[in-house]
Amino acid sequence: MMTDLTDLGVAAIRDGVAKGDFTAVEVAEAFNANVAAAAALNAFIVTTPEKAVEAAQATDARRAAGQPLGKMGGVPIGMKDLFATRGVQTTAASHILEGFVPEYESTVSQNLWNAGAGMLGKLNLDQFAMGSSNETSYFGNVISPWRRSDGGNAALAPGGSSGGSSTAVAARLAPAATGTDTGGSIRQPAAFTGISGIKPTYGRCSRWGIVAFASSLDQAGPMARDVRDCAIMLEAMAGFDPKDATSLDMPVPAWEAGLSGDLKGKKVGVPAEYRMDGMDADVAASWDQGIAWLKDAGAEIVEISLPHTKYALPAYYIIAPAEASSNLARYDGVRYGLRELPAKESGGGAGLQDMYAATRAAGFGAEVKRRILIGTYVLSAGFYDAYYTQAQKVRTLIAQDFKNAFTRCDVILAPTAPTAAFGLGEKSDDPLAMYLNDVFAVPASLAGLPAMSVPAGLNREGLPLGLQIIGKAFDEQGVLNAGLAIEQRAQFSARPERWW
Amino acid sequence: MSVDTATVAKIAALARIKVSEAELEAMVPELNGILAWVEQLGEVDVSGVEPMTAVIENQLRLREDTIDADPLTGGGRRDAVLANAPARQDGFFGVPKVIE
Repeated sequence: MMTDLTDLGVAAIRDGVAKGDFTAVEVAEAFNANVAAAAALNAFIVTTPEKAVEAAQATDARRAAGQPLGKMGGVPIGMKDLFATRGVQTTAASHILEGFVPEYESTVSQNLWNAGAGMLGKLNLDQFAMGSSNETSYFGNVISPWRRSDGGNAALAPGGSSGGSSTAVAARLAPAATGTDTGGSIRQPAAFTGISGIKPTYGRCSRWGIVAFASSLDQAGPMARDVRDCAIMLEAMAGFDPKDATSLDMPVPAWEAGLSGDLKGKKVGVPAEYRMDGMDADVAASWDQGIAWLKDAGAEIVEISLPHTKYALPAYYIIAPAEASSNLARYDGVRYGLRELPAKESGGGAGLQDMYAATRAAGFGAEVKRRILIGTYVLSAGFYDAYYTQAQKVRTLIAQDFKNAFTRCDVILAPTAPTAAFGLGEKSDDPLAMYLNDVFAVPASLAGLPAMSVPAGLNREGLPLGLQIIGKAFDEQGVLNAGLAIEQRAQFSARPERWW
Repeated sequence: MSVDTATVAKIAALARIKVSEAELEAMVPELNGILAWVEQLGEVDVSGVEPMTAVIENQLRLREDTIDADPLTGGGRRDAVLANAPARQDGFFGVPKVIE
């Protein structure tokens, strides 16, 4: 074959299939082969090669019949295992949902299938999307395809929680994958693996059928190789859904058609508070480079202030666990998933309460339990106001900071993460050190704003660094365009050498 | 504010998670580390600030007052609802004996 089809992204596959350069089945089979050969990365919890081929056959048949192929026609994708998929196990990388086979399809995945996409499999993630390194999955760590340039072969974190998604796209196991972002879970893994990912405005993508973590923050988005591919896939994923009470009842803009890397007349804000003491030198340098690139694209750079930045992460670690403790109360061993029925010490069968406690003890991992306990504590009588109400007030101030900043600029430029990828095991014993990874990502989540990460370059260890663009609510176009301006100048072409 | 073993045991009981003595011992310093860190929020002057209730302004909608307006979330799907239950009997969820 002349070109390796797995080197192609979403736009190239869609256009190539439409033109007849190759068939959708050829594409699906090429990616299926890469998936099958990459078990060492542990990116997938289950693979569904037959689903990818089935969707591809339907696309090829539609083309033969002269019918429209859809925005994602012929594109096989990876589906984060947080989206309910009818007839295919959906676990949220937890033991408690092992064996759960949904009777329904999430709105976002259904939108993608309706747009002509096919499913390569269900991607590994941090358990219930709680983690920043993909080390909390019940189904084992995902290994990043990247390695440091020091010649060593230390296993690196692919980021989290969408670590299976980031690895699959970076390792060419899928041209694109779905992610979800509660406090950085699309952007940080994208940055760690040299790919692009966008979290849209809260409410753009329906949460119906996505396993809930923190409902006021959870938002789905695409992860792909470049900005255009993200724009195409986001168009397919987004849209009003009456089944989600917080779904935005707004038309989905034509983001791909609106792409332009020309930023003349645009103002880019650079937040002083993100330049933290002891900042990683390579991260600081890539940020400065990003500022220069956006200037080169015609933008005016303005210094802005987001004074409550340092309080975003502690507020998040009250609000997100509080919501999680409530959302995860549904896992009780009665309606679906695991049931543990311990024998009673006094003999005889266990009672209902024993079953709840034993099921949840066996079914949840350590980080999930930690967050449920924190959430239960901050919501408990006597502590609710001191913790939860205070955090929600701080959240109002953080959103206000952004509102004020956006009177002076159109988008904000910042690093995505404080460092490049770290080694597996380096931070897993220290929850706080792990949480700090999301210091630049969490503020936009708390304010519900669209934000994306695009690759900016490699650090001195040969590992990718990402730059983050944060936009006004509903202005995904502004975010994508600034991302495109960086992409056109960064010319990021590095990819992990295949060792798996 | 910090938590001791008894408090963590109480929270775990409220959260319906069985924890062993050894797990409790390990959790106390971990949770205290996290709680001490989030307490910096106390420094923020929030006088006159309303707690956030909706991150993006949105109108709450009422669904159409029709039976099965959306068949996916309407009624009449008993078998689908029960399909993943660890125990079921006669069209009901099965649970251990609740009343002695």
